[in-house]
Amino acid sequence: MSRIINFNEAILEATEEILTNHSNSIIVGLGVPDPKGIFGTTLGLTEKYGSNRVYDMPTAENAMTGIAIGAAINGLRPIMTHQRVEFSLLGIEQLINQAAKWHYMTGGKSRVPLVIRLIVGRGWGQGPQHSQFLEPIFAHVPGLKVLCPSSAYEAKGLLWSAFNDDNPVIFFEHRWLHSTKSIVPETPYSLPIGKCNIVEEGTDFTLVSYSYGLTECRKIAKILKSFDIHPEIVDIRSLRPIDHQTIIESVKKTGRLLCIDNGWSHMNIAAEIISNVVTETFKSLKSPPQRIGIADVPIPSTRSLANLVYPSLKDIAHKIETIMERKIFPDQFSFPENQDVPDQSFTGPF
Amino acid sequence: MPSIPSYKMDQETKYELLHSMLFIRLVEEKIAEKYSENQMRCPVHLSIGQEAIASGVCAHLSPNDKLISAHRSHAHYLAAGGDLKAMLCELYGKIDGCAKGKGGSMHLIDLEAGLISAVPIVGSSIAIGTGVAWSNRIQKLDGIVAIFLGDGATEEGVFSESLDFAALHDLKVLFVCENNHYSVYTHISERQHSKRSICDIARAHGITSFSAEGNEVVEVYDLTKEALSFMNDNACPVLVEFSTFRWREHCGPNWDDDLGYRKDGELKNWMDKCSIKSLRDNLGISDTRYLNLVNELNEMILDAFKHAESSQFPNESELVSDVYA
Repeated sequence: MSRIINFNEAILEATEEILTNHSNSIIVGLGVPDPKGIFGTTLGLTEKYGSNRVYDMPTAENAMTGIAIGAAINGLRPIMTHQRVEFSLLGIEQLINQAAKWHYMTGGKSRVPLVIRLIVGRGWGQGPQHSQFLEPIFAHVPGLKVLCPSSAYEAKGLLWSAFNDDNPVIFFEHRWLHSTKSIVPETPYSLPIGKCNIVEEGTDFTLVSYSYGLTECRKIAKILKSFDIHPEIVDIRSLRPIDHQTIIESVKKTGRLLCIDNGWSHMNIAAEIISNVVTETFKSLKSPPQRIGIADVPIPSTRSLANLVYPSLKDIAHKIETIMERKIFPDQFSFPENQDVPDQSFTGPF
Repeated sequence: MPSIPSYKMDQETKYELLHSMLFIRLVEEKIAEKYSENQMRCPVHLSIGQEAIASGVCAHLSPNDKLISAHRSHAHYLAAGGDLKAMLCELYGKIDGCAKGKGGSMHLIDLEAGLISAVPIVGSSIAIGTGVAWSNRIQKLDGIVAIFLGDGATEEGVFSESLDFAALHDLKVLFVCENNHYSVYTHISERQHSKRSICDIARAHGITSFSAEGNEVVEVYDLTKEALSFMNDNACPVLVEFSTFRWREHCGPNWDDDLGYRKDGELKNWMDKCSIKSLRDNLGISDTRYLNLVNELNEMILDAFKHAESSQFPNESELVSDVYA
């Protein structure tokens, strides 16, 4: 049986199933048991599973990341949560030097089955230190796996996959996805790690993105339909390992590629995708691939500037005209403008 | 705080401690001697001069106990009963190494001996060891975790963060601070205020702590025994701080007193307090018996070196194995 639930409810549901089915699972994070329950993703867990399974923690991300690693190598399977990506940077030494290397540098003797949930902010004045999507930093490092669910369905399935994996897995949740809804099975399921999802089949060009970027993809695809243009939308889902093959196959079919990134363009995921497409299937390209990311600046708080940081649908439309090598949208066409909230129900505070 | 009783140590225990310290000393002297052959091509941090702490502490570890170490880990590995051949193979980069040659001297591991790992990023291991103790508690497993750290590591924020967590959750962690007064070439007086006390930092986090002379293995042994009994009686972490001194360079096989970063006579004073020599004198072992012990150990050590030298390098397929579990 499936039904429609929110992304944050899907995270909570997967977490409850994990706690129920795996006695060696524990949840830890600053604010996990608090009344807000990490944007609703951990609400009620302490009451249901007890404080010996569900932990708050000192404001000490560095040691706590190491402590979670220590717990993981000694028989537990922790899921650790930070309310923003930026807080995890205090523990990045542990993630990059220790967790990512552990299995290799112990000659395969020891393993770190650890999930780190990192939440990415946007809008409502989050500003320079609460809205960075730093996924390339983590995706750069062998030994880590990096997942980016784009819907409630992916959120539940990929959280299960992350938990079942015997390696450290970074699990990115875009804050603007928490309130999005999709059809989610009621029973536990997992999705393959390292496999793209073709969200919508199409023939005119390949549109690649991940996480919140998929929301933009769906919006522009809807507009494009009225112009009889049908992109093939590919959700990367897993940034490491990454499924280049599905993207290459799609480009072989369409001959054109646009990547929408959630972060800065410089040294980003789109660069990696395009590099591989150019290397592997250059001759099937009908036009130079394009990418679009956010403005190359720290993200300002004020909405008057922050709205300029993120690519608007109009910006994306222009990139589509570039790869299609023709004008598609009439000059007077009115695109929705960027807002500092995902929808009118969002009133922060973060 | 409990008083430290003076244990009347039996001769047999003393002899075992001497054996342990001498074994470590001879292994490391052989590493130093053979390093110039350029076959052990990895950084080595020798513990020569600091053996008493490893031997005195590890003598108390039982099979359920675990330990974690840092960059200067040879002594801990050997004192805990780590496999010498696997250690030397690791230094030689061979497939029979404890980490298949992928870790080197700074990443020793012997799970059978209880050594979780050694990691050279100063302070990092403190949190990981604390996490192991935490999971022991959650899973109701027996055993303590001994975390070996240096005076430099106490300057890292992760030290204080880990103390807090260990105290908060009543974890059975023995924090063992080997204060050798130098972080590479920098004396502790240039890094820490004279009023800063490592034991007091632990106390401020609610952790009982003791300190002793780290070159007196009997003191180390007795204090550790006391610390562990306090830990078991009270189900809490304990910190012990031992004062000691590294004789040779921070990293590498050589003597480096000529660089002038240490006070004149400082090395000599500490060498005069050699833990092996003082215990040997205390035991009153005859020269013949001592030399027999040295020869017996050296024979075993040479055999292990031969094994490491003749062991194979990992084949190409090892490059990409073990990246993911």
